[in-house]
Amino acid sequence: MSLKGLLRPEFWNAGKKTAGPYKSLFDYQRIWRLCFAVLVVVSLVPLFILAFIDFNVTRAAIKSENMLRGARTTSNTRRAVAYFLEERKSALQLIVKLDDFRSLPQKKRLGEMLAALKNSFGGFVDLGIIDENGKQLAYVGPYNLEGKDYKGQAWFKQITDQGTYISDVFLGFRDSPHLVIAVKHYIDNKHYKIFRATLDTTQFNGILSSLDLSEGEDAFLVNSSGIIQTPSKWSGSLFSKISFPLPGESFRTKVKEIPFENDLIAIVGYAYIEGTPFIIMVVKPEAELMETWHESRDTLTWISTVSVAVILLVMWAVASYMVERIYMADMTRSKLLQKMEHHNRMASIGRLAAGVAHEINNPLAIINEKAGLLKDLFTFNKAYEADSRVLGLVDSVINSVERCGRITKRLLGFSRHDDVELRPVFPQKVVETVLSFLNKEAEYRSINVSVDIENDIYEIVTDRGKLEQVLLNLISNAFQAMKDGGALQIKVARAEENKIDFSVKDDGCGIPATDLKRIFEPFYSTKKQTGGTGLGLSITYGLVQDLGGQMTVKSELGVGTEFCFSLPVNPIAKGES
Amino acid sequence: MKILLVDDELELVSALSERLSFRGFETEWVTSGEEAIEKVSAGKFDMAILDVKMPRISGLELRNKLEKICPSLKFIFLSGHGSEDDYNEGSCGADCYLIKPVKIENLVERINIALGL
Repeated sequence: MSLKGLLRPEFWNAGKKTAGPYKSLFDYQRIWRLCFAVLVVVSLVPLFILAFIDFNVTRAAIKSENMLRGARTTSNTRRAVAYFLEERKSALQLIVKLDDFRSLPQKKRLGEMLAALKNSFGGFVDLGIIDENGKQLAYVGPYNLEGKDYKGQAWFKQITDQGTYISDVFLGFRDSPHLVIAVKHYIDNKHYKIFRATLDTTQFNGILSSLDLSEGEDAFLVNSSGIIQTPSKWSGSLFSKISFPLPGESFRTKVKEIPFENDLIAIVGYAYIEGTPFIIMVVKPEAELMETWHESRDTLTWISTVSVAVILLVMWAVASYMVERIYMADMTRSKLLQKMEHHNRMASIGRLAAGVAHEINNPLAIINEKAGLLKDLFTFNKAYEADSRVLGLVDSVINSVERCGRITKRLLGFSRHDDVELRPVFPQKVVETVLSFLNKEAEYRSINVSVDIENDIYEIVTDRGKLEQVLLNLISNAFQAMKDGGALQIKVARAEENKIDFSVKDDGCGIPATDLKRIFEPFYSTKKQTGGTGLGLSITYGLVQDLGGQMTVKSELGVGTEFCFSLPVNPIAKGES
Repeated sequence: MKILLVDDELELVSALSERLSFRGFETEWVTSGEEAIEKVSAGKFDMAILDVKMPRISGLELRNKLEKICPSLKFIFLSGHGSEDDYNEGSCGADCYLIKPVKIENLVERINIALGL
């Protein structure tokens, strides 16, 4: 079968014209559609389910992995930053514990301390001592801040209350980003001094910039007002406000999905660093995060699309091939069936011919005897010349010859055409003709045949030959079912809707209910052993349908069987009338 | 020599009877098995010529019945059908089995042989 044949097979153009009780069997388009639908559903549904599951599982896995990684980075950074600030705060606390602060105003000593801090920790810019009134008593560093009054500033209030202070990163009047760490120290029970150090942000920023971040990832610090404290890749410049709202306070690392610009989603890992105004933030846009997933999704979509296309094509071809095969088988079978029908007809003609020959033999014998007698009379007795007796004998010969002629004519009339030929037909005459073939058998087997034809049925338009064969088949079937001495009833009656009912009822063996459903099926026979083909009733059924009628059967085991069929009185002529 | 002809065809049996009488046989004819039984019961016959296929009582059945009434009776069968089964059954007990239409000379010859004339 060629590819074109597979895509548009022959059965597609096959008509739905079929006679017989199994019409739906021959609707090849319907079979094809069903076949194709089932194949496609069965093959595509698992594919879609798998693709869907893979899609979602992969997505969820990648997302959760990214969330975890974000959490880990954030947590490590938080610890590093917290440790950095804690370390410096502790250094200052250590210094004020060890040193007698009464000597602190001496700038030399303070300078030594700053140099030591710079060497050991690094990042220190200056040191200063402030008294409880907010006045800077001593200062070492690059700026001239001695004598500056801090009283009234917010940080001074905080340190007075809390004892330690870590500031935001700010520019101040130095115009370079820095932050301040201050500790409070009591000289005696009442009086105290404040030890204040300034840190530049180089080292501080180094912690964040040393993080191993991917291309789109961004890590920075903000203060509790959302102002960016360390350089950020793309979240905003230093000291600008972040574009998204600050997440709720949490000293534990958390990962959240936050919408940032233009409906884009970012995964944000954050943590508030205890004792400082800083919040560490690690931001990663989801689009970048899901990039690997998008790649696998694209591959999956691509493979699925190709698979679906291939499956559709193959299923189309498979369905076409299968139904084409069924179609071919049906065509072959239907041809065979026609052949069988023909054979069956030939066989019944043969049987009839034998019967007819018998019928002919008897009149021929009479002709023979009469003609012989005629000869004898002339031979044995001259007195019979021109006698009326001679004329009578001649008449008898003529009558017998005529009888032969009638029988042979009927025999010829029975070999009918395949096409339906609608002509006015008298039901009475049809029944008589059919019975004339069978009345000898009826007589020998003492079967009582009664014919009941309603008075006012004069003629119906139908095919005489087909009607004759239907009746002949039904009556000879009835004869086979009956014992000698049975009764056969043939009825013709007017029915509703311009129809005529025919009924052939016997009192024979009957048909079991299990067989009753199947008797019209071709090749269904209970007499296979004795040479039955199982075609008689299926052909009869087909003939009734050809004539535009319906056939039904009622049967009771041991009581008898009744075959009924109704024919339209004036059927719509097919083609020619 | 009395011969009984039994056949359901009246025209055939009457003509045949007349023709045989021309040839010197004393013949009687009936058209059914029942009448044949009556005739045989009433008077002596030497031979019966029977049709095989007849309504109600067939020729073969009739022979059995007639044999009981008159055991010495000889039989000749005439048949228009001539199936093999009928032939076998008919010929085993009968003197002759002929297919219709039959030539009168053949029939006469058979009758003569059967009656040992």
